[in-house]
Amino acid sequence: MSFLKINNLSVDYQMRKETVYAAKNVNIEVNKGEILGLVGESGSGKSTVGNAIINLIDEPGKVSSGSVILGDFNIHENSESIVKYRGNKIGLIFQDPQTSLNPILTVGEQLIETIQTHLKLSKEEAKNKSINLLKEVGIKDAETRFDNYPHQFSGGMRQRVVISLALCCEPELLIADEPTTALDVSIQSQILELIKKLTKERNLAVILITHDMGVIAETADRVAVMKSGNLVEIGETKKILTNPKENYTKSLVSSVPPTNKKISRFVIIEKENNNKKENNIKILNRWSKKEIIKQDLVKIKNLNKSFDDNFFTENSKNSVMAVNDVSFEIKEGESFGLVGESGSGKSTIAKMVVNLFKPTSGDIFFDNVCITKIKQRSELMKFRKQIQMIFQDPYSSLNGRLKVKDIIAEPITLHNPSISNIDLNNYIYDLLESVELTQKSAYRYPHEFSGGQRQRISIARALATQPRLLVCDEPTSALDVSIQAQILNLLKDLQEQLNLTILFISHDLPVVRQMCDRIGVLKDGKLCEVSNTEDLFLKPGHEYTRELLRLMPKIESIYN
Amino acid sequence: MSQVDNKSLSTWERIKDSDIYHSFVKSPTAIVSSTILFIIFFCSFFVELITPYNPFDPSSLSLMDAFTPPSWTEDGLAKFILGTDGQGRDMLSTILYGCRISLIVGFSAIIFSLILGVGLGLTAGFFGGKYEMIVMRLTDVQLTVPSILMALLVDGIARGLISREMHDEMAIYVLIFAIGISEWPQFARVSRAATLVEKNKDYVSASTIIGVSNIIIMFKHILPNILRPVLVIGTIGLALAILAESTLSFLGVGVPPTTPSLGTLIRLGNDFLFSGEWWITFFPAIFLVILAFSINLLGDWMRDTLNPKLKK
Amino acid sequence: MLVVAFVSFSLFNFVGDPINNMVGEETSDEERAELRETLGLMDPIHVQFSRFIVNASKGEFGISYQLRRPVSELIVERLPATIELVVISALIALVTGTLLGVYTGINRKGFLSDFVLAISLLGVSLPTFVIGILFIYLFAVILGILPSFGRGEVVDLGFWTTGFLTVSGLKAIILPSVTLSLFQMTYIIRLVRAEMMEILQTDYIKFARARGIGENSIKYKHALKNGLIPVITIAGINIGTLIAFSIITETVFQWPGMGFLFIQAVQFVDIPIMSAYLVFIAFVFVMINFIVDILYYLIDPRIRVKGDVASG
Repeated sequence: MSFLKINNLSVDYQMRKETVYAAKNVNIEVNKGEILGLVGESGSGKSTVGNAIINLIDEPGKVSSGSVILGDFNIHENSESIVKYRGNKIGLIFQDPQTSLNPILTVGEQLIETIQTHLKLSKEEAKNKSINLLKEVGIKDAETRFDNYPHQFSGGMRQRVVISLALCCEPELLIADEPTTALDVSIQSQILELIKKLTKERNLAVILITHDMGVIAETADRVAVMKSGNLVEIGETKKILTNPKENYTKSLVSSVPPTNKKISRFVIIEKENNNKKENNIKILNRWSKKEIIKQDLVKIKNLNKSFDDNFFTENSKNSVMAVNDVSFEIKEGESFGLVGESGSGKSTIAKMVVNLFKPTSGDIFFDNVCITKIKQRSELMKFRKQIQMIFQDPYSSLNGRLKVKDIIAEPITLHNPSISNIDLNNYIYDLLESVELTQKSAYRYPHEFSGGQRQRISIARALATQPRLLVCDEPTSALDVSIQAQILNLLKDLQEQLNLTILFISHDLPVVRQMCDRIGVLKDGKLCEVSNTEDLFLKPGHEYTRELLRLMPKIESIYN
Repeated sequence: MSQVDNKSLSTWERIKDSDIYHSFVKSPTAIVSSTILFIIFFCSFFVELITPYNPFDPSSLSLMDAFTPPSWTEDGLAKFILGTDGQGRDMLSTILYGCRISLIVGFSAIIFSLILGVGLGLTAGFFGGKYEMIVMRLTDVQLTVPSILMALLVDGIARGLISREMHDEMAIYVLIFAIGISEWPQFARVSRAATLVEKNKDYVSASTIIGVSNIIIMFKHILPNILRPVLVIGTIGLALAILAESTLSFLGVGVPPTTPSLGTLIRLGNDFLFSGEWWITFFPAIFLVILAFSINLLGDWMRDTLNPKLKK
Repeated sequence: MLVVAFVSFSLFNFVGDPINNMVGEETSDEERAELRETLGLMDPIHVQFSRFIVNASKGEFGISYQLRRPVSELIVERLPATIELVVISALIALVTGTLLGVYTGINRKGFLSDFVLAISLLGVSLPTFVIGILFIYLFAVILGILPSFGRGEVVDLGFWTTGFLTVSGLKAIILPSVTLSLFQMTYIIRLVRAEMMEILQTDYIKFARARGIGENSIKYKHALKNGLIPVITIAGINIGTLIAFSIITETVFQWPGMGFLFIQAVQFVDIPIMSAYLVFIAFVFVMINFIVDILYYLIDPRIRVKGDVASG
């Protein structure tokens, strides 16, 4: 007999035009002492199921049918009964620890209040219990930290506080909704370890909601796969990941970049355009293809960047060294990867290469010309044309007030003001085709496209000036894995055909392994090591690299 | 391949499909208030065609008609629906003429402050640095000084600068300037805040990397994206400007009685309140309130519809 | 503060010719020059300015051109009336406004909320002077239960004159203070409501719900405490605005306060009074800002307690 039984749960949202089912007839069971991974891409309804268990659905959504049985009780019997279970029998952890805690109450006040809501304890007893809890989740100096406000904790520590709040009334079911997505790899593994440990010690039933197959492989006992509100498949993690039955699961698993080997292309099981090589021929005709001479296209020498006091926080007196004495070269035609955790300075370097920031000191040479010291606008324009960038967030990288046509036309007309209208239109169509979009897309606005399609538009815009260097700043980290696989394939193809040089910035080691020829590892603004991709993964030279590789969630760990 | 038939949707179809259109059709307050506003605007701007009387033509006035109560009361005359004032002017015509003055001043003032405020806010947010600091300090200082006080001060200064004979002629411009100058910080703040958000979006970086100049980025890319909140503020600001105008006129520092606005009319009528001729002040006041209320309703609806945070 | 003093000095001292306003047309040039000399208007600018500052810090702003009495005397005479009016109005506006704002923010739907909101929107559309006139007409002219002008009987406490100690004084303050507070009150309702609604959608409120914290604690402890922080700023601005709008209320009710004095000064271009009033207002605003900053420091832990970690 399972501890938690979700029967035929449906959640729907009444929208203007139609009713959207966020979850439809979902059946899930969870036992005590086990972690069930609930996995799916964005819009799959995985978070909806998590929230629906304790009936915390935002308006206008509502649980339209189904029952949730916890132990022997149907907790959805009426709307009042569920409130008694919240926090008491069921604990919940949200994604973002920054916003989960009330900023004007101390951690202790929030703990005591929660404890006293459910357990009949005196204030003193509640305080002792809270301090023990804080210790249990790994917060040092729990006695003093008890009286601190949330903003005095770092992100990882805050998530520990959130966990202690979720566990403070000894619930039997824990629902963790993307608990580590907002955190760095090193902290992610600590939090996951903590959840695993608590599951065992307290014999909890845990539902771990995540989009990350690596996390699932390493922590979940069983896994449930969801797609557009439906449960696709549920079973033992190993079975699902190694031998999926459903097509969707297969494509999902094959889209995940493997961490232990390099593959040439991602296998995309669902539909894919096969005629894309031909598509690119049109744009190739326009491309003034550069001969690849094995030389350094980009040389970065002793690059430093510090931000003034008031740039980041007004309080900190000392300026932050975002980039600290970094030097490396990128050869023409290669893909160079820069990896690091948040705050490592990788994006800052990217922004200096494309001349969005001026370095505090040091030089960047492009084609043997120092581009950081160019004063004249006309000189700078020559390089602007040759260096283009693709951004992380596909939603903010396109101006929503312009049609796709105008977005792509901007770089073309700017660098070639005399281009005729017909030429311009044809060029735009060719560019759109080369990123596998239809000509019709030119007359739409960005909001009519999905994240992956927007990223394609972004790529088309970047290609419009026929650049030699393409800087990709986490181009796929905002995308679902299946879309990520398509975009990464597209980038690989384009690079091959157009002889592009790519500077690829990412926190995601498996992705970098698939994309890059050489990799530089950054930590706190300093470059730890630079080496060929396979060397780096097989015999990492630097302690920090080893640490990163060890902590990275590996989907292959399921085989062990 | 032909280009025209690629167009997925016409502009009108896009409007019809937008959430704003649907929200408008569904909201009775929005429809009612915009209808009222349309009628008021129409009547005041084509007032010569609508009203049979020109209250500012002395030859058409007869003191015999003075203090005629509204037509539905015992002593009322059918030809003066809302009665007449102390000089025998038809109230309805006077109100519509006054309303036109109020609207002209309100619109001009708000457009003036919109251009000033958005210009300063946009450039401050975009360029940052010392310039931004100075502009924002200026807005802070001015925001703490209530707008009505600011307008009074400007008017006071203008009275000192301009000779008395000139003043009546210049009064309307002084008024527009006084109200406009007191409303701009709202626009500056909102547009600066929005600019800061937009500036950090990647599409601005993308344009910079392409090589687009700052001026073009500001006006082609950022400006259209910050207009929504500015328009909401502008609508509510219009109501405030009209109220400010009538308040100043009521205090006797606005437009002169020879070309009365709604506020002037209320002030003139106020003297007759105690002697029982309530309609002389009551109707302009009600008219003013309906006007401001409709604009506010529309502004309120716009804010709720355009605010992505509350849109669920 | 000094900046404002300078502005007030420079604006008014170079604006127009005070002599023109003080004396009639028929005064001869010699007489004018003599008057100029006695008023110290012939001295170099920096001498005039330093004298202005020194005098201002002693509370001396010269002699009113129009009333021919020392400005300081006039101000001291009028100050208590304005302060009593503003304090009472501020209390009414803040307390009622916050309560209703919290109520409508928490109960988004419901008859009472809709009703309060409709009234508040109407309140924003009703200019203060119209409210005043309506009140006078209703309570003084028709019902005749409350006085329509003046302060009633006042008790002189030596340094202060108060209307709180007599029945007629208390009665007299009801209409002006309610009139003055209405506009601000509706404004506060809307601000507080928006703030509460935003907070109730934050993650930490959702997390508190997920922990099973009772609805009452969530609304009145978690949300309310966060929601009240911006009320401090609102209160600060509120008092400033009330002082400005007291000009109007005082005019409508002929309340013998500073605003009434000021509006007369504007009409007659009485520069010493205007500059004194400006300096006084500036002083009040600086004080309010100062107090608001201190309150923030005391209430918001994010400012009071510096984080151990600079960023996330």
